Amino acid sequence: MLRYLATRLLLVVPTLWAVATLVFVLVRVIPGDIVELRLVSGGTYVTREVIEQERARLGLNKPLWEQYVDWVGGLARLDLGTSMWTGAPVVREIAIRLELSLQLAVMATVVAVSLAIPLGVWAAVRRGTWVDHAVQVFSVAGLATPSFWLGILLLLFLLWTFRWLPPMLFTPLWVDPVANLSQLVWPALAVGYRYSAVATRMTRSAMLEVLREDYIRTAWSKGLAERPVVVRHALRNALLPVVTVIGLEFAFLIGGLVVTEQVFNLNGVGKLFVDAISRRDYTLIQGLMLLVASVYVFVNVGLDVAYALLDPRIRYR
Amino acid sequence: MPASAASRLVRRHPLAAASAAFLVLLALAAVLAPWVAPYDPMDNDYAAMFAPPGSRHWLGTDSYGRDILSRLIFGARTALLVGFSASVVGATAGALVGVASAYFGGVVDLVVQRVADILVSFPLIVLAMAMVAVLGSGTANLVAAIALSFTPRAQLVVRSSALQVRHMVYVEAARALGAGHWRIILRHMLPNVLAPYLVMLTAFLGQAILLEASLSFLGLGVAEPTPAWGLMLSGAAVEFVQRAPWMAISPGLAITLTALAFNVLGDALRDALDPKLRV
Repeated sequence: MLRYLATRLLLVVPTLWAVATLVFVLVRVIPGDIVELRLVSGGTYVTREVIEQERARLGLNKPLWEQYVDWVGGLARLDLGTSMWTGAPVVREIAIRLELSLQLAVMATVVAVSLAIPLGVWAAVRRGTWVDHAVQVFSVAGLATPSFWLGILLLLFLLWTFRWLPPMLFTPLWVDPVANLSQLVWPALAVGYRYSAVATRMTRSAMLEVLREDYIRTAWSKGLAERPVVVRHALRNALLPVVTVIGLEFAFLIGGLVVTEQVFNLNGVGKLFVDAISRRDYTLIQGLMLLVASVYVFVNVGLDVAYALLDPRIRYR
Repeated sequence: MPASAASRLVRRHPLAAASAAFLVLLALAAVLAPWVAPYDPMDNDYAAMFAPPGSRHWLGTDSYGRDILSRLIFGARTALLVGFSASVVGATAGALVGVASAYFGGVVDLVVQRVADILVSFPLIVLAMAMVAVLGSGTANLVAAIALSFTPRAQLVVRSSALQVRHMVYVEAARALGAGHWRIILRHMLPNVLAPYLVMLTAFLGQAILLEASLSFLGLGVAEPTPAWGLMLSGAAVEFVQRAPWMAISPGLAITLTALAFNVLGDALRDALDPKLRV
């Protein structure tokens, strides 16, 4: 197991190198000229010289291969370069916002799991009844509701019922848990609902498959109560695909964060990404894309470990 | 469709039938927008800013005094236009690349697949946002950005079907008759991966609606004063949510219902065409 894990982690390096190369190609090679795009979109007249100076400052006058070597060489030292807009190191720009977004992601996962597993199991056990239909409508609607709109509705609900809005300033969890949670619970609900939709569907279909198995019939016929049959015999064996979906959706959470952080005015990684895009801050975009891909890669390694823990039949060498 | 078939559809798949009806109505409203909409969607009426829903403005007005219902109807044009073109372009480009990659095999296939594998590790909206940064803003670029973020997903699904088709007798026969690569790809392989292609295409429609709305909401998609649902939810709708909640409710409802209808239809089509296929 440990040896397998070490190999997997070593393989992360070439994977991320490939990702970094692709991101570089995507962001740097396709557009004609980043500086012109940025300066001209400002609307003012700019002379050729100013453009050349700006290009030299950002290192864009070097040949592409040299820029590429700079970018990958920096990565080897965990240096993502400096932001083209603020001039601060990209790593720092991300680091100061990571805490908020990471906490939000974890909270959204908690919301999603605590909705998806009970609802999915319930729907599967009561297959074809109104419960099943209601759960399915709930999850189909979750996939169609934009999380930023759900966020606006939550704000509206808080205003109408409590005449209260969540605090605007971020307080770290250990400084004041109440202030922290009263700010982040709402965006977590908005993101978590959509997240739960996919997991609910997966829980339901995995449970339906397992409930047809012979050992479930055996469990019923030896007179076990519903709870142990459903929870211990069925759910435990249906968990693998559910855990997979939860993990992969976690890696995709940044997609929900970019819009939700905007609604709740949270200064997190999602908002940073939106700002980076609208300012055409190419180094920052590259760094954030690499962060998103790394989360995905590491979640996949984590999932493989989780499989071995959940299913004793799975052994890695 | 004959009347009996329609009634059977309604009885067997009531949700799919309702979705289809909703989308037909929406498409009609979008096409006939200048005649259906009660007001000009760009018309500012400063005397009637933040007017609540009533007999003059059924869904109220926004912070510029523009009629929300009219903006919703014209916004349907934007949503459907962007949604359809992005889905069709994205799925078609993906299908072409996927089939070609399966046909040629070898190093081409390997490289193309690895690139797609990396691209699908990004959420759709992240890819689409990066594309907007590269391509610039504007409606045509928005369509391209959404389409490009769909392409690797379509490519992976279509390629796996195309791999089975590649060794079919009719493909061998075409090759034996001396057909060129592209003739085989376009005339013999592409038509036989139509089922996964259609399933992908319909699955994309709902996502494209959401992506367009999200990007416009973030200020990276359709620009003011063009009416777009996502745009109607940004800025003033959040700022004045207490004073004018109607500004925030109806556009969100329009996005949700449209995406929902496309998803329900997509699921129904998937079940009908290929129950094994998961998108």
